Amino acid sequence: MNAEPAHSAAPSHGFLRRRVFTTEHRALAVLYLLIGLAAVIVGTLLSLVIRIHRVWPTVPFPLYGILRPEDYLAVVTMHGTLMVFFVLTVVPQSAFPNLVLAEQIGTRRMAFPRLNATAFWITLASFLALLAAFFVPQGAPISGWTSYPPFSAIAATGPGQGAGMDCWLASIALFCIAAVASSANFLATIVARRGPGMTFGRLPLTVWSWLTSSALTVIAFSALFGAALMLFADRHFGTSFFIPAGEVINGIARSGGASGSPMLWLHLFWFFGHPEVYISILPGMGLASALLANFTRRPVLGYRFMVIATLMIGFLGLGVWGHHMFVSGMNPYAGTAFGLTTIAIAVPSSAEVLTWLAMLFRGRLRLSTPMLFTLGFISFFISGGLTGPILAQPALDAYLHNTFFVVAHFHLVMAMAGVFSLFAGIYYWYPLLTGRLMNEMLGKAHFWISLIGAYGTFFPMHLAGLAGEPRHYAQLAGPVESFPSLIPVERGITFAALTLAAAQLIFLFNVFRSARHGDRAGENPWRATTHEWSPDLHPITRGEPYVYGPYPGGTKDFLPQWELAAPATSAQPYPSGAKPE
Amino acid sequence: MPATFTRHQVETEKRDTGYGGKPPVDRRPTGGGGGDDNWDSRSSRHGGPRELLIRYRLAVLSGLAGDFVFFAVLVSAFFVRPTAGHIDAGANFVSDWHPIAIPPILWINTAILLLSSLTIEVARRQLFHEIDVMEEWLGLGRPAVKRAAPWLLATILLGGLFLAGQWIAWQQLSAQGLYFATNPNSHFFYLVTGAHAFHLLLGLLALVFAMAAIFRLKKVEMRQIALDCTAWFWHAMTLFWIFLFILLVCYQ
Repeated sequence: MNAEPAHSAAPSHGFLRRRVFTTEHRALAVLYLLIGLAAVIVGTLLSLVIRIHRVWPTVPFPLYGILRPEDYLAVVTMHGTLMVFFVLTVVPQSAFPNLVLAEQIGTRRMAFPRLNATAFWITLASFLALLAAFFVPQGAPISGWTSYPPFSAIAATGPGQGAGMDCWLASIALFCIAAVASSANFLATIVARRGPGMTFGRLPLTVWSWLTSSALTVIAFSALFGAALMLFADRHFGTSFFIPAGEVINGIARSGGASGSPMLWLHLFWFFGHPEVYISILPGMGLASALLANFTRRPVLGYRFMVIATLMIGFLGLGVWGHHMFVSGMNPYAGTAFGLTTIAIAVPSSAEVLTWLAMLFRGRLRLSTPMLFTLGFISFFISGGLTGPILAQPALDAYLHNTFFVVAHFHLVMAMAGVFSLFAGIYYWYPLLTGRLMNEMLGKAHFWISLIGAYGTFFPMHLAGLAGEPRHYAQLAGPVESFPSLIPVERGITFAALTLAAAQLIFLFNVFRSARHGDRAGENPWRATTHEWSPDLHPITRGEPYVYGPYPGGTKDFLPQWELAAPATSAQPYPSGAKPE
Repeated sequence: MPATFTRHQVETEKRDTGYGGKPPVDRRPTGGGGGDDNWDSRSSRHGGPRELLIRYRLAVLSGLAGDFVFFAVLVSAFFVRPTAGHIDAGANFVSDWHPIAIPPILWINTAILLLSSLTIEVARRQLFHEIDVMEEWLGLGRPAVKRAAPWLLATILLGGLFLAGQWIAWQQLSAQGLYFATNPNSHFFYLVTGAHAFHLLLGLLALVFAMAAIFRLKKVEMRQIALDCTAWFWHAMTLFWIFLFILLVCYQ
């Protein structure tokens, strides 16, 4: 379990050489997880600031004082950027593949370990550049994680749009480079470093997910890099790709100014932004299939079908970006087209969900913590996903787009489903890193409190959104009559959010305590079939992934990929060991 | 499961002997592939001396796919930007897109870049010429490297010439008073030519690196990889340039 890969530095090297300045992918996975942990802590604290401010706007924060409206926007911006890039991308698309991808395809080495390590260091630089935005003059940017121009293109539009915005852009550009580099490594690894016998038809579904999401990463983040370059030129070299003519900022008309197109940024950003959603959720979907098979002790239904669905989601995901822009002034015909492609992508997504439900139906469920979090993932994926086709209607979206309904939708389907699959993965793969299991009791408490807290936080937002509560407003005030009636809902959401955040303390305690005091995991604690649990350093793949339940000639209820089925069946008429000539 | 285990170990031994001893040529000198049609031992690794090359090509290809999207994004600005305009006080739609005359030197630059792609392809093929590769692999001399080096040098010179030509083109434009920030079309012109020139600068560095690599690296296949990957990158840049050049010339 804890066997060091053959190429890693000799144990005589110091801690830094083995664990930090290393090209060994599992050490890099831990480093990526630490970035994710730092980002999720900061991001969660920021979200609590948002929640508390919405309910008690006049209560001063310790060490800071009363949050001004522009501070609120800065908090929202940094919360979104941290969570989307450094949690929901870094963990499923960088940490997890480094943790198990190579092992799952039957090798112990990435195709390009140095490129992989370089990508990590660039990611770290990107993270630090983003955090630096808090400390530069005028603080963090306020134009949201989407940074729509002209707000983001002109420094005079608000506090934080100067140096803070430059930090944001630098961070994003670095992140793009790192993401493309690490994905190139994953793609080459999956295609060209599979171990003996690991044909494409035997790849675990997680690997298919990473194949798809890595291809999406290469495409999407390159697009974002190009857009960021143009935005940078607009900010510093006097161009006007995105700045429209006749801008009036703080009452002062901007002189000169060619007529650029802010819409262009929207198109480019969402051409990145929507595939990004799939980059963060596809690994979770693959993991859900694998864990459901394991914890129901049934094979994945329709393996081929699941692979095709994954690839289709990736492919269709490139063509739906316009549904983020229905109310942006885009041509309404384009809106209809994007609405249709969006409905189309619901087909493979629903197919996967139905497969999961079919696997649950009459499966022998073992409700251990990873399984619970997988069920939570499916629950959020369904409850958040069902509002997707609603928002995909341009007419309905016109009303709902700038309300909390959208906040509820993407927090359920991307954020909560995303982090629940991250938790599932961490509980499941924890023994690979420590040789110990995480505490089940604490894990279950973490799950149930998180589940209730998450639904308590995000479900009422649907109702608030339907009632017309707008997004991006620091405070509910003004002549609108429905706002006072929303205050109790807001308060309930805030309490639920505090509960949700508090539950994560149980998780942190569990992670650090179990590393020393957890139960010993043994070689294959989950009785799993994929190669990351293989005792062999260079396993030969003998069969398909996810052979659970009765199988021909079987003595156990699972057949690992590194084992052959017992030879005494009709499948192998000749004595074992002898090869037919 | 002991019976299973025996078979397992036999295969492990066979697998380990498969790599390291074969020359990096397409045709196996032994004739067939050893007649091993066992599906279980089929793998992407240890697929022979070409395996490493394929892996490097995949990484370069992934990077180039990203690069392609990057240029496509810049080009999308070229298509969207001319349609943007504003309504002035007299309710007239005003477009600020002004076509610029492409400096004629770009035609010469294009020809130079095409020529450089040709020379690097000649250099690349020298390193895959079977008889020479066998000779290098056996340690009898460096015929492939010796033949490739002049072509590689020519590519470096042509690449430098292209960059110098682009520099001259920028000088000519700025002499006309067209700078990066002057008008939307000049934004676009400087942006795409600049991004492309930056890529070629990286390509030149890679060429110099490849030049050193084919002389310094000990393994024949690593020498092939160094030049091969650089060549594919260079070809992609030539292809991108043709695409950009057609846009600049025809779609003003």
